[in-house]
Amino acid sequence: MAEKPHNNAYWAANIRLITVCLVIWALASYGFAILLRPLISGIAVGGTDLGFWFAQQGSILVFLVLIFFYAWRMNKIDKEHGVDE
Amino acid sequence: MDQTTLNFIVVGASFALYFGIAIWARAGSTSEFYAAGRGVNPVVNGMATAADWMSAASFISMAGLIAFVGYNNSSFLMGWTGGYVLMAMLLAPYLRKFGKYTVPEFVGDRFYSNSARVVAVICLIVISVTYVIGQMTGAGVAFSRFLEVSSTVGLLTASAVVFIYAVLGGMKGITYTQVAQYVVLIIAYTIPAVFISLQLTGNPIPGLGLFSNMSEGQAGAGTPLLVTLDGLLTDLGFNQYTTGNTPWLMALFTLSLMIGTAGLPHVIIRFFTVPKVADARWSAGWALVFIALLYLTAPAVGAMARLNIMTTMWPNGVEGEPVAVDDLPDWFRTWSATGLLGVEDKNGDGLIQYYNERSPAMQEMAAERGWEGNELVTFNQDILVLANPEIAQLPGWVIALIAAGGIAAALSTAAGLLLAISSAISHDLIKSVINPNISEKGELLAARISMAGAIALATWLGLNPPGFAALVVALAFGLAAATLFPTLMMGIFSKRMNAAGATAGMLAGLILTCAYLFTYLGIFFIPGTNLLENTAANYLFGIPPTHFGPIGALANFAVAYAVSSMTAAPPQHIQDLVESVRIPRGAGGALNK
Repeated sequence: MAEKPHNNAYWAANIRLITVCLVIWALASYGFAILLRPLISGIAVGGTDLGFWFAQQGSILVFLVLIFFYAWRMNKIDKEHGVDE
Repeated sequence: MDQTTLNFIVVGASFALYFGIAIWARAGSTSEFYAAGRGVNPVVNGMATAADWMSAASFISMAGLIAFVGYNNSSFLMGWTGGYVLMAMLLAPYLRKFGKYTVPEFVGDRFYSNSARVVAVICLIVISVTYVIGQMTGAGVAFSRFLEVSSTVGLLTASAVVFIYAVLGGMKGITYTQVAQYVVLIIAYTIPAVFISLQLTGNPIPGLGLFSNMSEGQAGAGTPLLVTLDGLLTDLGFNQYTTGNTPWLMALFTLSLMIGTAGLPHVIIRFFTVPKVADARWSAGWALVFIALLYLTAPAVGAMARLNIMTTMWPNGVEGEPVAVDDLPDWFRTWSATGLLGVEDKNGDGLIQYYNERSPAMQEMAAERGWEGNELVTFNQDILVLANPEIAQLPGWVIALIAAGGIAAALSTAAGLLLAISSAISHDLIKSVINPNISEKGELLAARISMAGAIALATWLGLNPPGFAALVVALAFGLAAATLFPTLMMGIFSKRMNAAGATAGMLAGLILTCAYLFTYLGIFFIPGTNLLENTAANYLFGIPPTHFGPIGALANFAVAYAVSSMTAAPPQHIQDLVESVRIPRGAGGALNK
C-alpha cells in the first residue's frame, strides 16, 4: 500500500461527507418528522403542520436529494484523489 | 367481456412478457447467473431494485396500514425509504468494489473464516425464507381475488412462473423481468390514484392532492382534505389522522425498518450487477426515485380511499342519515362478496351506521339515535388499494392492471429472495465450503438445482404457512438489522475488526433478537409457547418485539468490538483487502462470458 497517506485523506473526506449527509438524514426523519415535530408545529401545510408533511412526503424527498448529492460529490472526490475508474 | 376474462387476458399477457424476457436473457455462466454479468445499466438496475424491494405488502397493504392508523404509521414510509440512504453510503459501493457474488462471501472472505461465512448463510436463509413465505401467499391471494381460482392454484401458478424465468435466467433473467414488473406495478398503482386525487382535490399529483383543498361538489368543499378527514374521523369517534403518540417508539420503529432495509441481502446483491463503483452509487439513487413514485403516492391513496369510504357510508354527513343498505354502490357489493368488506344491519333500520363503537362519546350518541353497534363489521385494510379503480369508476382494464400489478409485485420480490437463497447455497456452501474444486459448469448446475429447491421449499411453506406469516416483517427486518447490517458495516469501516469479533457479534445479534421475539411471540412462533403475554405492560422498557432491531444491532456492535479488542488484529492481507474495498479504482467493469 504505497499510496497509503493518499488513501487516508480520501477515506477521511468520505467519512466527513457521510457524516454531513447522515446528520441531514436524521434531522429530516427522526427530527422534523417525529421528535422535533412539536417545535415546528406552528408552520401550517395544507391543513396540517410541517412535521406531518415531512413524515409522509418531505423526508423521502430529502433522502432522494441526499443520495444523488452523495453520488455526485463522491465521484468528484474520487477524481481529486485519483482513485476513480 | 366480463371482468374475470379481462383480468385473465391482462395477467396472461404480463406472463407472456416475462417468459419472452426469460428466453432472451438466459444465463450462460455463473457470473451471469449470480450478477447478470455485471453489465446492468445503473438506471435499469434502479428500476429492478425498486421491483425487487416493493413486495406484495408494499403494493397491496401499505396504503391501508397508513390509512387506518394515520400519522404514526408514517414509520413505514420513512423506514422503507431511509434505509437506502444507509445502503448508498455505508454498504453498496464498497461491496460492489469487493466484486464477488454474495453477501456471505464478503463476510467469509473479509473475516477469513468459514464459521463467519456459515453464520452469515444461516442469517441470510432465515431472513429470506421468512420473507419469501409472505410473497408466495401474497401471490396466491392476488390470484384468487381477481382470477376466481383457489389460492392454492394461484400459489402453484406463481411458483411455476418464477421457476421458468429464475432457473433459466438467474440474476440476468430476474433483472430484466423485474424491470417489466416494475412498469406494470407502477402504472397499476398510479392511474387510479391520479383519478381519485383529481376527483377529490382537482390536483393530478396524489402527493400534492393530499395537502390540497377539497373540490367543489365534494364533502367539505374548499377546506383542506386532511382537515375534512380529521373532522369526519373525530365525529365518528376515531383517532385523528394527523396526530400521533409516543414519538420515541415511532422513532425506534423507523430506525428498525431503516437498518433492516439496508441489511436485506436480496437488495444488497442487486448492486453487484452494475459495472462500476460510481454506478452503484447512482443506482441507489435511481432505485429510490422509482420507489418514491409509489411511496409518495401511497399515503395519498390511503387517506383518499379512507375518506371515500367514509363519505360513502355517510353521504349526508355525520349529522344526517347514513347510507341505506339498498343504496350501497356496486363496488361495495362486489367487494363484499370477497369477504374484505361486510355490513350487518344490527338494529334492523335498513341503514348502515359506521362508527367507533369503543368510543364512550359514540356510545352515548348511539344510545340517543337508536344504534346498536358499528354496522360496517368487516373493513379489510387491503381494500383501500384493491377497490380503488372501482371507487374512482375507472374502466375494467384498470382493474385488470391492479391484478397484474399485485401479482408482479409479489413475483418480483419472490424471485430476488429466491436468488439470494440459492446463491448462498450453491456459492457459499457448495463452492466455498463443501467442494471448492467444483467446475464452473458444475457450479452453474448446482445454482440452478438450488434455485429449484428454494422454489419448492417456498411453495411448500406458502401452502403450509407456519402460523406466523403476519409476523414475517418483524422477524426479517429485526434479524437483518441485528445481524448482517452491523457485520457488513464493521467489515468496511473497521480495519481492526477480526474474525472472532464479527462472528461473536453476529451470533449475539441473532440470539438476542430471536430470544426477544420468541419471548413474546412463541418459541419459533408456535402459538402458546410464549413466555410472556405480548402486551405493552410486559415489554422490556416498553419496547415491542417489532421495534427490537436497533437493540439487536447495538448488541452486535458492542460484542464485536469487545471480543475483537481482546483478540489479535486481522492479518496484513485482510487489512489490505479493507483498503482496497474503500477505493473505487479497479472494480473490473462488466464481464463478458
